[in-house]
Amino acid sequence: MRLSLALGLLLTGLAVLAAGLSFLWTPGDVTQLAIADKLLPPSGEHWLGTDQLGRDMLSMIMVGARTSIAVALVAVGIGMGLGVPLGLIAAAFQRSWLDEIIMRGNDLIFAFPSLVIAILITAAFGPSAVNAIIAIGIFNIPVFARITRGSALPIWTLDYIRAARVAGKGAARISLQHILPNIANILIVQGTIQFSLGILAEAGLSYVGLGAQPPTPSWGRMLAEAQTMISLAPHVAIVPGLAIVLTVLGLNLLGDGLRDALDPRLRGSR
Amino acid sequence: MQRYLLHRLIVLGLSLAVASVAIFMVVELVPGDPASYMLGTGAQPETVAALRQQMGLDQPVALRYAHWIGAALTGDLGQSFTYKTPVAALILDRLQVSLPLALMALMLSVAIALPIGMFAAARNGRAGDTLVMGAAQIGISLPNFWFAMLLVLLFAVRLRWLPAGGFPGWGNPLAALKSLILPAVALALPQAAILARVLRSALVETLGQDYIRTARAKGLSRGQALRLHALRNALIPVVTILGMQFSFLLAGAIIIENVFYLPGLGRLIFQAITQRDLIVVQGAVLVLVAAVILVTFLVDLAYAAIDPRLRLK
Repeated sequence: MRLSLALGLLLTGLAVLAAGLSFLWTPGDVTQLAIADKLLPPSGEHWLGTDQLGRDMLSMIMVGARTSIAVALVAVGIGMGLGVPLGLIAAAFQRSWLDEIIMRGNDLIFAFPSLVIAILITAAFGPSAVNAIIAIGIFNIPVFARITRGSALPIWTLDYIRAARVAGKGAARISLQHILPNIANILIVQGTIQFSLGILAEAGLSYVGLGAQPPTPSWGRMLAEAQTMISLAPHVAIVPGLAIVLTVLGLNLLGDGLRDALDPRLRGSR
Repeated sequence: MQRYLLHRLIVLGLSLAVASVAIFMVVELVPGDPASYMLGTGAQPETVAALRQQMGLDQPVALRYAHWIGAALTGDLGQSFTYKTPVAALILDRLQVSLPLALMALMLSVAIALPIGMFAAARNGRAGDTLVMGAAQIGISLPNFWFAMLLVLLFAVRLRWLPAGGFPGWGNPLAALKSLILPAVALALPQAAILARVLRSALVETLGQDYIRTARAKGLSRGQALRLHALRNALIPVVTILGMQFSFLLAGAIIIENVFYLPGLGRLIFQAITQRDLIVVQGAVLVLVAAVILVTFLVDLAYAAIDPRLRLK
C-alpha cells in the first residue's frame, strides 16, 4: 500500500474514531465548567490541557470532531445526491438545451463567492449546523455535476455504449448501469476532496459564528474563543487548529492515495 | 476569434443579469423587516408602515428590482441604513483595503508557487519532489484563519515586528502596507500550495509530450526545455486557478479580515448582515459577483491569447 494512502487512512481513521468514541466516553465532561482549572497546559491529567472555562481540551476535540464530520459528510451527500444525477443527465443529452441549462446554472453558482453565499444563507435562516450543511452542500452540487459530466462524456462514445443503445436501452438505464459504475472511482476521490473542503468550510463558518451554536463544541468556534487568549495560553489555539489540519490532511492524502490505487493508468507515472 | 468573443460576451451579459436577480431574491428571503428592525421593538405600527413606504418596501418585488438594477447601472447603489452614506462610496472606501490585499496575496501566491512547482516538476518522482509536494499537501490543509493566528502569535505578539491587526489608512502608506503583510501571507500560503500542485502536474504532463523529447534531442537540457517550451504550454490550468483564486481572495478574505480587524469589503458584508443593512449587502455582493464574472471572462480571453488553437474554435 502506498504511503499516502496508509497515512491518509490512519489520520482519517483517528478523526472518525475520536468522534465515534466521544458518544460512549470522553476523558472529561464537556458540559461541566471548572473555572479553577482554566487554561491549564497539557499534563498527565489533561493530555491536551484545558480551555478558558476549565474544560478538558481532548474531550472538546473529540466531541467537536462529530460536528465537523457530520456537517462535511452530509454536505458531500447533498452535492453528490443532486450533482451526480445532473451531470449524468447533462452528459446523456449532450449539447441539448437541457445540458446547456444545467451547465450554465453550474457556472452561475461557481460565480458566487462561496463564502459570501454561505454567509447569506446562514444569515437568512439563522446560524446553525444545519444551515452550514445546506450552504456547503449547495456549493458541492456544481463540483459533482461538472466532474460527472466531464468523465461521462468520453464513456458515451465507447463501443459497448453504442451496443447497449442498439440493444434498445434508454439513456437513463445506460447512465445507471454502464456510465455510473465506470466513473464511481473518480466520484469517490472527488468526494474525499470535497469532504476535506467541507471540514475547512465548517471550521471557517463556525469561526465567524455562523456554524454550530453553543454549547455544541466545534473546532472553528474553539479557535474563535481562543483568539484573545493566544498569548496567555497558546495551546488553546494550537490544539483545535492541529485537529483541523490533521483531519483535512488525512482526507487529502486518502483522496490522492485512492486515486492512485483505483486508477491503474496513473500507477508508476509518478 | 470574433465569434468566440461574441459568444463569450453574450454569456457574460446573461450571467450578470441572472446573478443580479439571484442576489436580489436571496436578500429578499432574509427574514426580518428592515423598517421595523431600524425602528426597534417599541415602534408604533403606523411609524413602521410610514418608513416602509418611504423606503419603497411596500412596492411589488419586480418593480423594486427594476428600480434597484436601473440605479445600480448608473453607479447608484442606494443609501446605507446604518452608515447613512451612499453604498457605492462605502464599497469604494472598503475596496481600498480589499483590492490591495487581494493583489498582494495573489502576487505572493504566484511568487511562491512558480519556483516550487517548477522545482518539483523538474525533479519528478525524486526526493526533492516528494518533499516539496508533501509540504504543499500540508499547506492545502491549513485553515487560513488559523495560520493567521499563528502568524500573529509569532510576528506580532512574540517578535513585535508587525501589527496584530487594524488598518491605519493609506495616509501613512508604509504603516498601511505593514498592516497588510500578515493578512496577505495568511491568504497566500494555502493558495500557493494549490497553485504549485496544479503547476507541477501540468508541467509533468507537458514534459511527457513529443515536442519536449524533440527539444531534448536537439540538445536542450531538461531545465531549458522546461522553461522554454513546457512552461508556456502548462499555463492554461494555472491561469484557470489564478482566476478562481483572485475572486476567492477578494471575497474569501472575509474571515481573514475578521482575524485582523481590517475594514475591507468582506467585513462590510459581514457586518451589514448582522445589522440587517440589506441594501449594503445587495450592493456589496453585486459588486463582488460582477467582479468574479468579469475575471472569469478575462480568463477565457487569456486562454485564447495563450493557446492560439482556441481562437479557431
